[in-house]
Amino acid sequence: MPEQLAFAIEVFLNGLMSGVLYALVALGFVLIYKASGIFNFAQGVMALFAAMTLVGIQNGQVPFSHLINAALGTQIHHFGWHIHSVLAITLTVGVMILLAWAIQRFVFRHLVGQEPIILFMATIGLAYFLEGFADLMWGSEIKKLDVCLMADACLPQGINLAIDEITFGWFGYGFFIDNLDITATIVAAILVVALVAFSQYTKQGRAMRAVADDHQAALSVGISLNFIWVLVWSVAGFVALVAGIMWGAKSGVQFSLSLIALKALPVLMLGGFTSIPGAIVGGLIIGVGEKLFEFWVGPLVGGATENWFAYVLALLFLVFRPQGLFGEKIIERV
Amino acid sequence: MTAQESYVTEDGRTIGPTVMEMKNITLRFGGVKAITDISFDIREGEIRAIIGPNGAGKSSMLNVISGFYVPQEGQVWYKGKRRPPMKPYQVAEQGIARTFQNIALFEGMTVLDNVMTGRIRQMNAGLFSQAMWFGKAEKEEIENREAVEKIIDFLEIQAIRKTPVGRLPYGLKKRVELARALAAEPSILLLDEPMAGMNVEEKEDMSRFILDMNDEFGTTIALIEHDMGVVMDLSDRVVVMDYGKKIGDGTPDEVRNNQAVIDAYLGVAHD
Repeated sequence: MPEQLAFAIEVFLNGLMSGVLYALVALGFVLIYKASGIFNFAQGVMALFAAMTLVGIQNGQVPFSHLINAALGTQIHHFGWHIHSVLAITLTVGVMILLAWAIQRFVFRHLVGQEPIILFMATIGLAYFLEGFADLMWGSEIKKLDVCLMADACLPQGINLAIDEITFGWFGYGFFIDNLDITATIVAAILVVALVAFSQYTKQGRAMRAVADDHQAALSVGISLNFIWVLVWSVAGFVALVAGIMWGAKSGVQFSLSLIALKALPVLMLGGFTSIPGAIVGGLIIGVGEKLFEFWVGPLVGGATENWFAYVLALLFLVFRPQGLFGEKIIERV
Repeated sequence: MTAQESYVTEDGRTIGPTVMEMKNITLRFGGVKAITDISFDIREGEIRAIIGPNGAGKSSMLNVISGFYVPQEGQVWYKGKRRPPMKPYQVAEQGIARTFQNIALFEGMTVLDNVMTGRIRQMNAGLFSQAMWFGKAEKEEIENREAVEKIIDFLEIQAIRKTPVGRLPYGLKKRVELARALAAEPSILLLDEPMAGMNVEEKEDMSRFILDMNDEFGTTIALIEHDMGVVMDLSDRVVVMDYGKKIGDGTPDEVRNNQAVIDAYLGVAHD
């Protein structure tokens, strides 16, 4: 096999892996949009907040320590303990559920029946608030997120070496694929299966779809709208946590993490705002597309195509297929 | 109507004691009185109709029963207890199902899924067991599916089980909505103009379903209807409303001969 082709395949695989990460963020958008018609601009910040909370809890950081120190003149920063990853993740899930409840209780409960644009603007406000709140709570320095702080080998160590060896045997060219990317792919697959099982087969999932479809009808069969909305925001918070962990482990927990939400937009335009499989496929297409484009066209135009490729692709979709690949077709019945 | 003993109707159905009682209900929207001091009761197993000309407050009355409106005055008694002000979903949890005049279905979901949502009250298995399909959830889901299929058979909508509701014509949508309400095995089934906008044949079908439902499942039904003829044939007792007030209450024959009712429907001759 010519080396050039093998290299292209490697680029393709790496593209798939980074596409998974885009898909994880897009998934959070789709969930909320489907169930409440809200386009949640704060999804990226929620991922940031979740990752920061996880790191903070893991390292035993004192929340609001700057505030406390400034007010009381103390010098506390850490409780001085480390918490096991599993427990820390469980606690963070708890925090995200609390956040979901607060968002519903203090923001969207007061905006029931408002125009979509109003709800959208509320999420922009929410994004800024949450960013500031995360800063105040955990500090703004870049933090290292190591999910395997306590467990010795929770990432599939050595799989990348195995892949390298096997592919070298096949093609005479060893593929390099990052451990973290492999983990992210496995986690995303599990997450998607779990979400589909949840929304298709459980009472709460059915209720979620029902609420998304018709409020009045949902009420009349005994579904509490408030409960379902808290549930939806909690699930989105959970997805944000997963995305936050993956991105945080890859590039450190820092405020630029909230910008990954922007990369999710082209994914959504490709996949459709209302489709869970769409978010996945859209993420993969963008991931692979931008890597391959950079590989083939990049050298001709001086590189850096990864910055704009996704947006141009999204623009084309907006023109020719506005509902995306899997979105519900927009039909106006007259 | 204070007699609480069960009695058997001419066609052999048993009418039980009072299951719901409205006491002196008054509902206002700002300065407009939609309902003024209305009292009536619904007995177990009967078909109770609320009729009246346009704007008489019939739908408002139904919305009070189903919790969509909270009356300013008066009390709602359900199964012997006074009901505190409730959200619509809490009323539904208590076993009061309803349909809407303008049909409220989950348009994106299939007929089967729509009817299944009617059984949310009967699903109690844990989240995890539901998602993984084992233990209690499996048994429950099978039971619920059986009940739903029975209702689908009963209402003769087998052919469209897997069709998304959004694609169905009006008459069938009405029937699916009825199926969903019936799937909840309600103590009281509220029907808001079940025959509005239907042709004669569809009306006959719907009347037959309503009678059969009452006969076979013993469902207590309270319905609003415009069409006097249909109401008189269907119901055991009728409440007549006009301008938010009750002007008649009794068997169809009693109501038919009530002068106030005749005046409201035909207009009063002023001489």
